[in-house]
Amino acid sequence: MDEQIAVVNVQEQLVYARPRALTEETTNYCPGCTHGLINKLIAEVIDELGIQENTISVSPVGCSVFFYRYLVLDGVVAPHGRAPAVAIGIKRMLPDRVVITYQGDGDMAAIGMSEVVWAAMRGENITAFFVNNANYGMTGGQMAPTTLAGQVTTTTPEGRDVETMGMPTRMAELIAGLPGSAYVARCSTYDARTIRDARNAIRLALRAQMAEAGFTMVEFLSACPTNWGLSPQGALQWIKDTMVAYYPLGEIKVSEAVQRLKTKR
Amino acid sequence: MAKELLKGNIAIAEAALRAGVDAYFGYPITPQTELLEHMSRRMPELGRVFLQAESEIAAINMVYGAACTGAWAMTSSSGPGISLMQEGLSYIALSDVPAVVVDIMRGGPGLGNIQPSQADYNQLTRGGGHGDYRCIVLAPATVQEAIDLTVLAFDLADKYRTVAILAGDGLIGQMMEPAQLPPMRERSRTRPPWALTGARGRPPNSIAAFGLEAETLEAMNWRLQAKLQRIRQTEVRCETWLVDDAEILVVAFGSVGRIAKTAVREARAHGIRVGLIRPITLWPFPYKPIEQAAAHARAVLVVEMNTGQMVDDVRMAVCGQAPVYFHGRPGGSVPVPEEILERIVELSKED
Ligand SMILES: Cc1ncc(C[n+]2csc(CCOP(=O)(O)OP(=O)(O)O)c2C)c(N)n1
Ligand code: SF4
Ligand SMILES: [Mg+2]
Repeated sequence: MDEQIAVVNVQEQLVYARPRALTEETTNYCPGCTHGLINKLIAEVIDELGIQENTISVSPVGCSVFFYRYLVLDGVVAPHGRAPAVAIGIKRMLPDRVVITYQGDGDMAAIGMSEVVWAAMRGENITAFFVNNANYGMTGGQMAPTTLAGQVTTTTPEGRDVETMGMPTRMAELIAGLPGSAYVARCSTYDARTIRDARNAIRLALRAQMAEAGFTMVEFLSACPTNWGLSPQGALQWIKDTMVAYYPLGEIKVSEAVQRLKTKR
Repeated sequence: MAKELLKGNIAIAEAALRAGVDAYFGYPITPQTELLEHMSRRMPELGRVFLQAESEIAAINMVYGAACTGAWAMTSSSGPGISLMQEGLSYIALSDVPAVVVDIMRGGPGLGNIQPSQADYNQLTRGGGHGDYRCIVLAPATVQEAIDLTVLAFDLADKYRTVAILAGDGLIGQMMEPAQLPPMRERSRTRPPWALTGARGRPPNSIAAFGLEAETLEAMNWRLQAKLQRIRQTEVRCETWLVDDAEILVVAFGSVGRIAKTAVREARAHGIRVGLIRPITLWPFPYKPIEQAAAHARAVLVVEMNTGQMVDDVRMAVCGQAPVYFHGRPGGSVPVPEEILERIVELSKED
């Protein structure tokens, strides 16, 4: 259209670009899914820290199974729930590389609870990115350990009954309670402020790993509009109004070593 | 190097070290625990990686991760632990990375017991986990052979980028025998080009045992099958003994192969024309040698420490040329030469 002609003579200055560590291919995520945004934030921080050529990713089984491809890194897909064990196998062989896992809430908090707890117990120098969308996204919206009390899913048609299914799992607090964890934060991506906080948490977790501080984890409250039956905007609102009340945002554990890193910058 | 008196489990561990294993991940279970214990001391001594995992599921996935970096990684276990590893083995098989697993078999099913057994034949030779794949399975009959096959397991796993399993029955793990260990190998391996090491100066490598589209996964499957076919054509190993004129053919593997040998020797002394085939690779299975030996046999006798697992493969190999009989002892009972001899004598009297 003719409007294009109007922008001649303006000094071009690149103020924003796709992170180098992020794929150019179109992702498989649904519209409004925040997996994509979280992938991008991780890629941005990897660029910023200059560790793209030094980082190895471990993908889960779930909607983000393609994480190994969406991030332009060496990567492997672990069996459902076993990403921490696979990551430990890598890290023990290549201790000077940055090793990251990316896991859903079904993947980590249900089937993979043992592997992640033991990774944290041993203080393994890996970073876990944990995406809590309060359901099993990939398999069509069943109850996850993180599904809220009363939340309707395809396997809790009357809402999650905490009398029989227990209370939702707070993974960040659980991992923070283990001696080997060095840094644990819970973030979200529903507005500019939470996105900025999430980026900061990712950065600190990776820096902590590089300083061999121990196990690090960043939990994200993430939107699954498809299975929640909400619009993309409505899903973000639901995180803000409903999820955050049970899953408080913020830094849950900062070890002394990580605190020193934080002030060092 | 001179022979020394060695317990099977220790001999296998030491052979793995000398073959060049980079990382060991394991979990205690009788009758293989000495292997884990030996590694806990020796691996750090040599500056290599040892980690006692929280479960066999974790152990095999740690092996997977280490193998993805191009390292030589291994684990060891027994029946129940091997059952837990099957998902991981299936992933490793489609991923084209090398891994070595030792299974010192015990009595099953369930918790079974810790007595010697060959109850894992089916789960080891059929793939065991989900999908179309096989693992190379090597079955030693002596401590010396356990050492030699452990070294071979690493070489085959590396050559074909696949899972190689050393399948010892409990007797092999617990027995002490004079045997000779190989010298420590030089380990000057460079990381293979497919390894995950960080994408420095090259496009990223990825390892994924999955293909979303039907065409993708079909192609991956056929590629895997082509590799397995190459293994079938080149890696079959068995011991054949006195089969040329044998009217009765005995087939037995591992410790039972050795026990059966004593029975065959006795039977020969009685003038019975009997021979023995002892499969060394349980997969790929020695179908051809058994088929050929069965062509001039009146009867085939399979002896196992289970209720009859390898016997199915033998039936396939014999393919109706002769009747196939079975003698088995499950649950940790070990057949003695006399009971095998009795079956041979019985068969020699039939016409
Ligand atoms: C051993 C095993 N059990 C079950 C499955 C099926 N499965 C695939 S993805 C998935 C759930 C993923 O949910 P979550 O981890 O919450 O990730 P999301 O898709 O929500 O991001 C399940 C159960 C599987 N692939 N493997
Ligand atoms: S199902 Fe949910 S988690 Fe999965 S891609 Fe769609 S919105 Fe995202
Ligand atoms: Mg989920």
